Order: sequence, then C-alpha cells, then structure tokens
Amino acid sequence: MDREDDKLEQPLAAGGPTLTHRRHAPPLYGVMAEFENPTDLVAAARRVYSLGYRRINGYSPYPIEELSEAIGFTHTSLPLIVFIGGVIGGLSGFFMQYWIEVINYPLNVGGKPFNSWPAFIPITFEMTVLFAAFSAVLGMLVLNKLPQPYHPVFNAPNFALATRDRFFLAIEANDPKFNHAEVVELLKSLDALEVNDVEV
Amino acid sequence: MDEAQKPYTEGPMHSTAPVIDPGLTFASVTDKISSIVLKRKTSLAWFFGFAISFALFQLMMLAITNLLFVGIGVWGVNVPVAWGIDILNFVWWIGIGHAGTLISAILLLLRQRWRTSINRFAEAMTLFAVAQAGMYPIFHLGRPWLMYWLFPYPNTMGIWPQFRSPLMWDVFAVSTYATVSAMFWFVGLIPDFATLRDRARSKPFQILYGMLAMGWRGSARHWHRYEMAYLLLAGLATPLVLSVHTIVSFDFAVGIIPGWHATIFPPYFVAGAIYAGFAMVLLLTIPLRRFYGLEGFITMRHMHNMAKVMLATGLIVGYGYMMEAFFGWYSGNKYERFMIWNRMHGPYHLYYWALILCNIITPQFLWSKKIRSNLLALWIISFIVSIGMWLERFVIVVTSLHRDYLPSSWGMYQPTVWDWSMFIGTIGFFFTLLFLFIRFLPMISIFEMRTILPEAEVEE
Repeated sequence: MDREDDKLEQPLAAGGPTLTHRRHAPPLYGVMAEFENPTDLVAAARRVYSLGYRRINGYSPYPIEELSEAIGFTHTSLPLIVFIGGVIGGLSGFFMQYWIEVINYPLNVGGKPFNSWPAFIPITFEMTVLFAAFSAVLGMLVLNKLPQPYHPVFNAPNFALATRDRFFLAIEANDPKFNHAEVVELLKSLDALEVNDVEV
Repeated sequence: MDEAQKPYTEGPMHSTAPVIDPGLTFASVTDKISSIVLKRKTSLAWFFGFAISFALFQLMMLAITNLLFVGIGVWGVNVPVAWGIDILNFVWWIGIGHAGTLISAILLLLRQRWRTSINRFAEAMTLFAVAQAGMYPIFHLGRPWLMYWLFPYPNTMGIWPQFRSPLMWDVFAVSTYATVSAMFWFVGLIPDFATLRDRARSKPFQILYGMLAMGWRGSARHWHRYEMAYLLLAGLATPLVLSVHTIVSFDFAVGIIPGWHATIFPPYFVAGAIYAGFAMVLLLTIPLRRFYGLEGFITMRHMHNMAKVMLATGLIVGYGYMMEAFFGWYSGNKYERFMIWNRMHGPYHLYYWALILCNIITPQFLWSKKIRSNLLALWIISFIVSIGMWLERFVIVVTSLHRDYLPSSWGMYQPTVWDWSMFIGTIGFFFTLLFLFIRFLPMISIFEMRTILPEAEVEE
C-alpha cells in the first residue's frame, strides 16, 4: 500500500528529534542535493538507501524507473483501485439497464425478451471503461496528494530547474537516522552540485 | 516502461531519419517547446489564421441559431433521406478523432517511441474533433433542447431510454470517449504545466499554469504512480477507441437498409477512422512543424511512418469496398444487388467513383519512398484522403437511404446552404480551438521528449 508514503511526506513538526544544531532555526524539512544528470542522482539515491535512510525522495524532470526503485518505492495500489473502479462501473452499467428494462419500465421491443442482455453489453463496456478511467486519474491524484499548492521542496534553491534539466535528492528531517551534519556531509560526498537545507 | 528510458539508437532496421534531432538536450527541448507558448511573439500569421477560423466559427453559430429558430426543415433532410450530411459529418469528425487516440494509446502500448512528439497534438485534435462530432446528433434531434432525455435520469414522466437501440449505445460511447480523451490529455499535460509554471515570467501565467499543474513537483513517487496511471489509461483507451467506432457503425449495421446491414461494418469503419485521422494529423503537422521550426522534433521518420499507416489502413478500407460489392453480388438478394448497382450507376454514381479515386487510387502513390519524402505531395494526398473519407460516408448514408425497397418511396437528397454552413462552421470551430491550443499549451509533450533523449539514460 501507499501508507508508508503518508508519513514520508509529512513535514517535520517544530522541535523535531535530533536537530541539535538547529534548535533555534526555522523547522527543517530536510536536506536537498542537486545533481547534473540522472546517473549521478540514481547512484546517490542507491547509496543513501543502502546506508539505511528511508525517508528520501528524488525529483526529476521526467520519470526515471531506476530512481523509484533506488528509493525503495516500487509498489502502488493504483492498479487495484482501477480494477475495482472498472468492476463497479461494469456492474452498475449492466444492472442499471437490467433494472430499467426488466423491472421498472419493461417495454416490448420487437418481441425481444426483457432481459435481452447482449444488447446491454455495449453500454456495460462503456461504463466499465468510464469508471476505470476516472479511478485511474482520481486515484493517481489522490495517492499523490494533488492538488497541493504548497510544498516545502519548492523552497529549495534552483528547484524550478527540476522541471527542466536538474535532478534532486532530498533526505527528509523526519527520517529516524537523520542527523543534520552527517546528512550534509554524506550528500556532499556524492557528486552533488549543491547541498542545501530546505525549510518547512 | 524500461524501453522508454533508453535513448533512440540507430539500428540497421531504422536506416531512415532519426526520431529526434541528436543535438537536442534537456534544456534545449524544454526551452524550445515552452518558448512557443511563453516567449515567442504571437505572429501575424497566427492572428490571420485565427481570424479566419473564428469568422467561420461565427458562421456555425449563425447556422445553429437559424436551426433552433426555424426548425430542422432548414436542413435538406427529409424522408427517405432522414440522415443527410449532418450524420455524415458526425461520423467524419469522430473518425478523425480516432487517430489521436491511436497515436497516444495504442502506439504507447506497442512501444512505438516515435509517437512521443506527435501524441499531444494528435490528442488535442481528437478532443476538438469529438467536440464537433458531438454537436451533430444533438442538433439533429429536432428538439435539441430536450437532448438530456437521452440520458437515463429519474423523471416525472416516469419513462426511461430504450437501451436496445444502437443510438443509445452511441450516447454512452461518444460521451465516454470524450470524457476519457479529455482526462488522458489533461493527465499528460500536468508535468508540462509544471514546466510552464516554472518558466513563465509574468505573474498571471505563473498563477494560471501553477493552478493547472496542481503542485506537481516531479517527485519519484509521483512519477511512479503517474506512469502507472498513464499506462492504465492507455490500456483502457485502446479498446475504447475500437468500441466507439464499432458502435458508430452499429448505428447503420443494426438497421435493415441494404447498404447498411453488413457484418463488415465495424472493422471497416474502424480502419476508415484511423485512415481519415492520420490524413488529418499529416494535414495539420506538415505546415505546423514548418511554421514553428519543429523539424528536430517531428522528423521525416514521423512523416514516413504516418504515411505508411495511412497506406495500410487505406488498403483495409479498399478491401472493405471490395467486400461490400462482393456481398451485394454473392447475397443473391435483388435489393442488395440493386444497392451496389445504384451506387455505381445511379444518380449519385459520381460520388462513388470519386470516392474510389480518392481513397483507393490516390494512396497507392505512398508505396513510393520518394513521394513519402515529398512533404507537399504528402500534404496533397492527405487532403484528398480527407475528402475521400467524407465521400465514403456520403455514399453510405445517402445512396443507401435514397432508394431502398419500395420504388414509390424513392427520393433525392440535396444539402441546403444551412447544411453546408454548419459543416464549414464546424471546421472553423475546430481550427479556432486548435489555434488557441498551439498558442497557450505546449503542442509537444515536453516531459516525454526528455525521456527519448540520449542523456536520459541512467548509466550503470
């Protein structure tokens, strides 16, 4: 399930754990490293993950399959949601017609049986696709928590380039292993162009 | 989707032009496509084209106003030809739309990576064509203001629609198609809205694109779900597009009119739709890529591939015509035989032979690589095919209806000036929407273009 993600995207409450250096600074969301190319980003993400950090996230201008694997995010319940949506759509499509044509308003059309089910298939199919497509789009948006007008990562310097040609890796401050000095040191050792604090 | 991450490599199988200009980078792709929307000064040619389209759009409004004011008698439709060029135009427009879904969904599932640079544009074309198509059956109702009676809703009259009719199937098919196409298009646009939000200089555009981007930030988790949603939508749109034109063909095939009642209709209609749609995509992209200097994105490879799809579907359509004639003869049924004879030699025989010329003879030129490489020739062929597909529907709708079983109820059909105004007007409306689209939205999917660049590959 995507539940793990819910915790990950929670910004750290003021006065969170282990922020020894930053007790009086504004609350910290995490530390963001900037990379020049996808190879460096994926390599860094793998390294950070292997060191035991789990509340990490990558940001890239296009989907990188290796990146979501590197941060340990490989499962999504979206296909299940779409399947359930499709089943509901198909059943409601068929039984809407059944109820109308057989129970509520039976009409003799050319001597066909009231439950002339082959004639109900086209609409059943269309309703299946309609509901499944809505489930896919709304499911994706809801799981991604979009629309979300404000997010701390937008405070990172150069983050506007995440939709152009730059690649980012964030270690979030609510990671159990998070230690500000260590994290900054680690990210600097990973071919990052820049390492910056990101405030909530 | 691992295929999508690899850069395009020139194998021996692909000795033609590359799918993208090899000199492009993330930055240049982003800047070049977004600058068409954000920075480029609106050219005089754009205003000129928009003004003409908008004027024709007003003609449509005039035609609709007159229709609503006076009644459906302003159109040439009457018994026996109760479905004139208005239903014909519905089929023609919706067929054009199908190429967009084919490019965006079916070619995605088949991992045809060249689709990337034309899919956004083709999807927009789908949406705008379906908008035109949707108007015709509604205004054809006689009392269009009661169109909501088509939907099953509990009402004080205590009545419900009749779900055994293909016309009801049509309502569901077309409205589902329009909805799913719009969602597919919008989902594809979200990451590009974010790109525009971050590139826009003026506050109103930052806010506008920011709202549309819904806070997209390119997170790896988001991308993962996004890719899944996109793939599932493509998987859903693929059977959907086939079902829509199948159901459109049922509007005819379920009827017992000779010339309509044929089992070949569903596949033949679907192939015809793709044929007409690719012709329209070529018709639009050839001038557009030239005008906006997009030769690096939409390369000759795309032109060749689209021409080949057009040729292949054209041959299927040609097979359909042959089979129609064969069925007519082989049925041994005098009404079927008369229908084919009447098409070839009756009062509308010129339409039939023009259709054969446009749809079967003309695309044969596409066998030649030299002609496929000549953009002007390709444009002219696409134009002829678009006319041919219009004639095809004319032949199916009008010549089948005007002489059926009883000679006493035979008649002729002549479209009136209001029929033509409506048709020309919808072309204007289509181009109005298209001009607005190319001015305000990225006509090439920026994020998908990034994925096919050589530098997009993660080196292990």
